Amino acid sequence: MTERTLDGNAIGGLLLELFGVELTAAPCVCGGCGAREEVARLDVYLDCPGVVVRCRHCTDVMITIVRGRERTWIDLRGTRGLEL
Amino acid sequence: MAGAAVLGRLTWLAAEVAAVRQETSSVRTLELGVPGWSEHRAGQHVDIRLTAEDGYQAQRSYSIASAPGEPLAITVERLEDGEVSPYLVDQVREGDRFEVRGPIGGYFVWDGDEPEPVLLVAGGSGVVPLMAMARHRAHAGSAAPMRLLYSSRSWDDVIYREELETLGLDVVHTLTREQPEGWKGYARRIDDELLLEVAFPVAESPRVYVCGSTRFVDAAADGLVRLGYDPLWIRTERFGATG
Repeated sequence: MTERTLDGNAIGGLLLELFGVELTAAPCVCGGCGAREEVARLDVYLDCPGVVVRCRHCTDVMITIVRGRERTWIDLRGTRGLEL
Repeated sequence: MAGAAVLGRLTWLAAEVAAVRQETSSVRTLELGVPGWSEHRAGQHVDIRLTAEDGYQAQRSYSIASAPGEPLAITVERLEDGEVSPYLVDQVREGDRFEVRGPIGGYFVWDGDEPEPVLLVAGGSGVVPLMAMARHRAHAGSAAPMRLLYSSRSWDDVIYREELETLGLDVVHTLTREQPEGWKGYARRIDDELLLEVAFPVAESPRVYVCGSTRFVDAAADGLVRLGYDPLWIRTERFGATG
């Protein structure tokens, strides 16, 4: 399973598409443990229904992104802050 | 600044394969002509989208191999059970077309404007974005010392083998599975002792770029931190077998 863990670099294109700005270098604060890491340094799972981004320290879910045919659902509950 | 937001948007562009180069038995470089492409930074990647005749689409990310200012080139390794990479490595010919978007990424990049020494650590095809940095350093005439620690299964699996000798950086190979007769270099997976022998001293505040499988990246990054490297010096990119 660990081999399937990617990092935030892998969703750079998706985030750029959704938000219109480069986000892999943006620091992001975990809502669970407060760790602050660039998005590129977070754990990313692409094999789930949608995309799941977890904190590399406490493994809490920080971001989920689910794409439908014509819309996308983004859940940022586990992210306390994102710096641009 | 609505205009800026629009400029930042990522759109799919038509790409045409301009040239094809076989690197190893399972790795090929594709040079792409993409009208409207903007210049990339060393270390960035592109998304590629293939569309079948029935409308089915498959999308993958590939690192850019060429230096900034050079024509866009990607290097792709064939993954046996992959959906996209066997097509790109075995079937694509000059003149074929697909879609690309990018360049993507602002974290795993090296612009060549810092004086600190640069340690590149590559596992297999993880060498691709690091090759863009090595080429960029050579083209830009950067004075930053650069060293590549490159782990491959065998000598025949070493991507860019000849060109690496011409770029003016130190290259240290380790061959983990099979070594040529008389091989005097490293012949094992990266461990702390190997890192200690190859890495720049901590006092030089080196910048580090590690790219490879998750297991490889974690081993190299954790080992460097144990040597005393500041985690902030180490930038990593994991690639997965998404084919």
